[in-house]
Amino acid sequence: MQGITPDKVQESVGQACPMPIVNMAKNMRTMSADQVLEIKADDEGAHADVRAWCEQTGNVFLGEENAGEYFRYFVRKKA
Amino acid sequence: MAENGKGCMIVQMSGDFDKVFAGFTLASASAAAGMPTTMFFTFWGIKAIQTGNLTGKGLMGRMVGLMNRGGLQHLGPSKFNFGGVGRWMFKKMMASKGVAGLEELRQACIDLGVKFYVCKTSMDVMEIRREDLIPEVLDVVGAAKAMRDADAASVQYFI
Repeated sequence: MQGITPDKVQESVGQACPMPIVNMAKNMRTMSADQVLEIKADDEGAHADVRAWCEQTGNVFLGEENAGEYFRYFVRKKA
Repeated sequence: MAENGKGCMIVQMSGDFDKVFAGFTLASASAAAGMPTTMFFTFWGIKAIQTGNLTGKGLMGRMVGLMNRGGLQHLGPSKFNFGGVGRWMFKKMMASKGVAGLEELRQACIDLGVKFYVCKTSMDVMEIRREDLIPEVLDVVGAAKAMRDADAASVQYFI
């Protein structure tokens, strides 16, 4: 995702469900509105889970990027 | 995080390793999504919130406490336990795949604000005392409290 500078980066490579989501929720609680969290994860379930979590919580899924060994997911905290 | 007006209520009746894993996984995912989440532990499920010491007062109570020892470290899978070998095997297989252990999952639930309640009647029958439970258990309650929480929730699971 070009042009996006995350305010915080979460290392979830090697973690399986539900820990990437658990850690994402914890991180988002410490962040302010409109800040962007980047999640690095290689769990295949994260493709659906990050989106589903955003849909349910109202936070904004900005997109994902294939970084080879893992994916980078970008989420903006809702106002 | 703002609550979205929904909620999740889980009755954890089973104390098998795999089914406790399912309970804590769903509870942590639900709490992570901002849903008020409660878990009601009853019968064998109480093992998941015991500290792991030996329990029981009378002969039969002590026997249950010994043969069905509580505490996450003592839980065996519902299939292929083979006297503890299965538990060791599943733990190894899960760790090698980056899957969180039961302790980590339970702590995630606690950190995210999942409320733990325990069934009074089951504790009496199994001769489990409040001191045998982890301090994060909020209260010892009855079926009416479980029903009220289930009624208030938009999602209910019985595991």
